[in-house]
Amino acid sequence: MARRAQPVGAGPGIGAAAAVGALILGSLAAVFLRAEAGRGLGPADWAAVRFTVLQATLSAAISVGLAVPVARALARRRFVGRRALIALMGAPFILPVIVAVLGLLSVFGRSGWVSQALGWFGLPPLSIYGLHGVVLAHVFFNLPLATRLILQGWQEIPAERFRLAAQLGAGPGEIRRLLERPMLARVVPGALAVVFAICLTSFAVALTLGGGPRATTIELAIYQAFRFDFDLGRAALLSSIQILLTSAAALLALKAARHEGPGAGLDRPVQRWDANGAGLVAQDAALIGLATLFLALPLAAIIARGVPGILSLPAGVWRAALTSVEVAAGSTALLLMLALPMAATVATGRRAGVELAGMLGLAASPLVIGTGLFIIINPLADPRALALPVTALVNAVMALPFALRILVPRACEVVARHGRLALALDMGGWPFVRRVLLPRMRPQIGFAAGLAAALSMGDLGVIALFADPDRATLPLQVWRLMGAYRMETAAGAALLLLCLSMAAFWLLDRGGRFHAEA
Amino acid sequence: MKHLAFAAGVMMTATAAFAEKPELVVYTYDSFVSDWGPGPAVEAAFEEDCDCDLKFVAAGDGAALLARLRLEGARSDADVVLGLDTSLTAAARATGLFAPHAVEAEFDLPVPWQDDVFVPYDWGYFAFVHNVGLEAPTSFRALADSDLKIVIQDPRSSTPGLGLLMWVKAAYGDEAAGIWKGLADNIVTVTRGWSEAYGLFLDGEADMVLSYTTSPAYHLIAEKDASKTAAAFDEGHYMQVEVAAKLAASDHPELADRFLQFMVSEAFQSIIPTTNWMYPAVTPKAGLPEGFDGLIRPARSLLLPEDEAAALRDAALAEWRDALSQ
Repeated sequence: MARRAQPVGAGPGIGAAAAVGALILGSLAAVFLRAEAGRGLGPADWAAVRFTVLQATLSAAISVGLAVPVARALARRRFVGRRALIALMGAPFILPVIVAVLGLLSVFGRSGWVSQALGWFGLPPLSIYGLHGVVLAHVFFNLPLATRLILQGWQEIPAERFRLAAQLGAGPGEIRRLLERPMLARVVPGALAVVFAICLTSFAVALTLGGGPRATTIELAIYQAFRFDFDLGRAALLSSIQILLTSAAALLALKAARHEGPGAGLDRPVQRWDANGAGLVAQDAALIGLATLFLALPLAAIIARGVPGILSLPAGVWRAALTSVEVAAGSTALLLMLALPMAATVATGRRAGVELAGMLGLAASPLVIGTGLFIIINPLADPRALALPVTALVNAVMALPFALRILVPRACEVVARHGRLALALDMGGWPFVRRVLLPRMRPQIGFAAGLAAALSMGDLGVIALFADPDRATLPLQVWRLMGAYRMETAAGAALLLLCLSMAAFWLLDRGGRFHAEA
Repeated sequence: MKHLAFAAGVMMTATAAFAEKPELVVYTYDSFVSDWGPGPAVEAAFEEDCDCDLKFVAAGDGAALLARLRLEGARSDADVVLGLDTSLTAAARATGLFAPHAVEAEFDLPVPWQDDVFVPYDWGYFAFVHNVGLEAPTSFRALADSDLKIVIQDPRSSTPGLGLLMWVKAAYGDEAAGIWKGLADNIVTVTRGWSEAYGLFLDGEADMVLSYTTSPAYHLIAEKDASKTAAAFDEGHYMQVEVAAKLAASDHPELADRFLQFMVSEAFQSIIPTTNWMYPAVTPKAGLPEGFDGLIRPARSLLLPEDEAAALRDAALAEWRDALSQ
């Protein structure tokens, strides 16, 4: 079939996708080439692969399964603090893993709040350690993200559809069947794939909450191969398995997702006439309440732990905070430079390759990518001098899958709706991008940028291998403080990190919506 | 334009002046160079009379350090590596990247130390740390029979975790698997590294945590908190000795030798106890700081020879994994 003329060229997007692919696969290849003959994969490694797939599948299914009703409740209710709650949903996702785990355990641990409450009734403490603990932690990290991705699907249903539905007397059941199910069929596969990919490279969370070597993941096996045996071949082989699994998940999601969007509207604010029954209101209130509690309690624990330390933070922590803000800014700019052309290319119908390249950043082990980049950079330049740019770049590539999930649906819609008219007016290329595409994608760009900035701020990523003692990032500083018994200062620094990440997220996300909401 | 030319002149002079002093590059682990670690004081003390520029480069922890050196090979900028420990020396020696040292010192280690490549700078005993008031077990068997909950580190990703693996192996040999089976119901969880485990313990998730006999000294001296102590085990305690070595490809071999000799001197060794929270390899003349005298001193010190430890590792790891995976 001949391709239809398109208002935006595919070149820049394909170029960006190729660059991302080259970065990830090139690093992996560098590790392979540098490897000496080592041990192949043993039974313990395959056990790790099985456990990794099991926990990632469960975590993705439960996170997204719970996110659908929560997102529906948020989509059809308006209440005071709704916006703050949606902003808060960025928080768990951007915390350094170890901080989030300690926060979770303050609530769900053996001496956590829930166990203490159980103790008042003479019940034994909660046992969080095991597969259920791993899944609980991953749901804590990913439920908010999945909720926001799915909520966006609801927001893309034009207000006119709900108006029409109300005029035709459609109840919640009909709305579900006619409007919501088709939208979910479009959005859910992508959300599942992203969460699956994140959980696939999980390591510290899975081990700590898994309660022991049963909870060995591929990432731990990579860590062991690299540090213990210096078996680069095995590390690269294991990372290739991660990439294959993620690619398979991404391809399944692409195949499963239905592409046609909900159609055009006039961008009017959504009003809902359905679901005003007391039962549904109570149901939504309960869902929103429970989800808020689940997210807010561990965050409250982190804040409570951090307050005593935050007033007496050493100068090094503030320096590190400044470094982290710089890295986050650079990373966000890089991300937009990669993600926008890629989203535009996907919108013009060249989907699979570009989307797959976009997932690679999440699929590959950070340790292997870091090692590969180190092997490539070391003969050419001092890795220490490049520590911060490399961190910014890797963080941008890791945020790319999320950014694409956010940007692609809207880009598709804008191109579908305005593309033909633009072409008829001979307004293709840059004028279309500047006057039609970008202005209409502002909220999505803001959300994606906010997420990227916050993610980059909280990521330990590859910095450890490149680290320069004088220019630590804030998460690295938190890690160092904890390693030197300074738990209180570390908790204070973690709170500072949480505040900075939230501020960056809120500013960018809000900036995208400036003027946009009625 | 004049300003530019002037600035360029200043820069060039500065670079030239900088280049006159030799630069000694020391690779070490993260916590050594942090503001609160020994790094800053050590750097100041050594630069006082070496007429050189001492530059620390941090690379994660001990295992990451060795991995980084292996990645760089003979091309490495490093002159000295400081921060390997006794669980890594066998692998490090096998790389052939290190050169023999010429350091002479009277080490105050509880075990005899003879090594032509690796020079110890501090050491410690692994131990289970707990709150004062807990009826602590006095052996692994007693611990396995008790209801006490412990947090340990994963031997596949952390040196203390590997130390515990060797501790049980050194104390129990072929019975080690049985000990691990007995301990399985005491272990709350296994963490990636020391920080997570210690954090969990301080949060009350477990009664005891695998750390060092010197950990209570930190709480006592830095936080004026006397609530932590370590359990003395009858089997003896496994040791960790931290070492440094000169790289064979060093550009400044004499300066590297000088640094290693400085490392076992009074000036360096007196910095260690309250910054690295370990025992100095050569006890300073003034003795150990107050707070160290109250620590438990194990009756028996365990340390497997490095080649024996390396040979045992894979089998011990499989034992550990099987016992805890059931």
